[in-house]
Amino acid sequence: MKKTAVRIYMGLIFLFLYAPIIVLIVFSFNKTKSRGQWAGFTLDWYAELFKDRLITEALYYTVIIAILATLISTIVGTISAIGIHYMKGFSKNLLLNVNNIPVLNPDIVTGVALMTLFLSAGLRLGFVTMLIAHVLFCIPYVILAVLPKLRQLNKHTAEAAMDLGATPSYALRKVILPEIRPGIISGALMAFTMSIDDFVISFFTTGNEVSNLSILIYSMAKRGVKPTINALSTLMFVTVVILLLIINKRSEKGEELLL
Amino acid sequence: MKRMKILAYPYSVWMAIFIVVPILLVLLYSLTEGDIRNLAELRFSTQSYERVLEPIYLKVIVNSFILATLSTLFCLLLGYPVAMIVARSNPKVRGMLLMFLIVPMWMNFLLRTYAWMSILSPNGFLNRLMDLLGLPRLEIMPGKTAVLLGMIYNFLPFMILPIYTVLSKIDKQFLEAANDLGANNMRTFFKIILPLSIPGVVSGITMVFLPAVSTFVISGLLGGGKTPLIGDLIEHQFMWEGNWHFGSSLSIILMVMILISMAIMSRIDRNGQQEKNGQSKV
Repeated sequence: MKKTAVRIYMGLIFLFLYAPIIVLIVFSFNKTKSRGQWAGFTLDWYAELFKDRLITEALYYTVIIAILATLISTIVGTISAIGIHYMKGFSKNLLLNVNNIPVLNPDIVTGVALMTLFLSAGLRLGFVTMLIAHVLFCIPYVILAVLPKLRQLNKHTAEAAMDLGATPSYALRKVILPEIRPGIISGALMAFTMSIDDFVISFFTTGNEVSNLSILIYSMAKRGVKPTINALSTLMFVTVVILLLIINKRSEKGEELLL
Repeated sequence: MKRMKILAYPYSVWMAIFIVVPILLVLLYSLTEGDIRNLAELRFSTQSYERVLEPIYLKVIVNSFILATLSTLFCLLLGYPVAMIVARSNPKVRGMLLMFLIVPMWMNFLLRTYAWMSILSPNGFLNRLMDLLGLPRLEIMPGKTAVLLGMIYNFLPFMILPIYTVLSKIDKQFLEAANDLGANNMRTFFKIILPLSIPGVVSGITMVFLPAVSTFVISGLLGGGKTPLIGDLIEHQFMWEGNWHFGSSLSIILMVMILISMAIMSRIDRNGQQEKNGQSKV
């Protein structure tokens, strides 16, 4: 009896979570533009998707920005985390607290604050400002992922390396970096997903010429229904699920990685 | 090794420019009036804060607060049982359930909200279904109910996951001990499970309330401009009106609202921890 109740409850929750996704996927194959009616199977929207300049361009910018932001924020974040780790007292606390601001502040405030900075400095909003913004909100996550690994680090190994004649930079590369690699990787993964999924901050820090997929979807959704969005979302969803399955297969720690 | 700390200096400069200065700018604009393009000509003024107190804007702020609170409450009520069921299921099923809870989150946030548009819109999927069943049509989109639904949908996993994490770490022996001492399920839940899960509940509430109170996407798409939230106001002022002074004061008020609620939540968390420590000493 109790078991059935549990099953029904979980069933309803999953129905709630997946209903919109199923509707999107089903209607991406629908012949008419109307949202409620089924008029037969078609792949037209998928064909149109690849012909649409706006969509391919937005996809390009989304991926390029995500890759660049991940690279820059992972490198800068890791270096800074090491620096912060060796700091003490007030300055360390101050840096950590300021570093937390973009994580805790609502995205919309981070977005408008950056926009006022860029425009007050006379910059034109576009690719560069959006990239700066993405690097800005990615670095804190990298630092927060790397710092715990640094804390687990045995203090003496790096010192031992240097006693044995290693230069600080050699010790850094050969002793510290390999030890904190898992933190760097999860920081980079986090940065990449944050960047690829961002809408709000990008919305305020980019100009008319450069849009990412989120911004494009927002403006398309506001203007009205276009089944090409359904096709796009289906493709994106399927890509993510396939990626997840691969990650899960490849590592036993799949569950940990996802969280 | 001490010299290593110079590695953090470039980032300190970067944070000063791109984190501290922008927030100070917003604060500056919120407390001034005059041409935004000319920093030298700004004059001190509380005008934009006074404008926030006008009934129409006050109503928007109250509305955002109410909707965010309601969605947090619904997420808690719906999510807690889910977290418990997942935490209690056997390890093999648990991994699957967790994955199925997380997969929708990997779909772009905008797309998920857009999907609800196609379900809830007047001629959407839901109303076709109602027609088919011979039931009266529902007119929830655009409107508050649709916005609330969108919030619950988007943020439910943020409630489930932290609660699950805490619940899965509770020592099973506590539950067995309670059982041995004659506590029924109800009592075990209220005396042991619930108090021990407070940290998860607190972080779940923060993770739902924060994005819910500051969103402008969900209200923009599902509310159809009928139920503007504080986020919509800010977006409108910066993107359409060009009134940075008013937009900035709204942003500052939003930040203060969030700071206050976070302070309250962390106090609850701390009290919970102390109580727990006190109990364990007894």
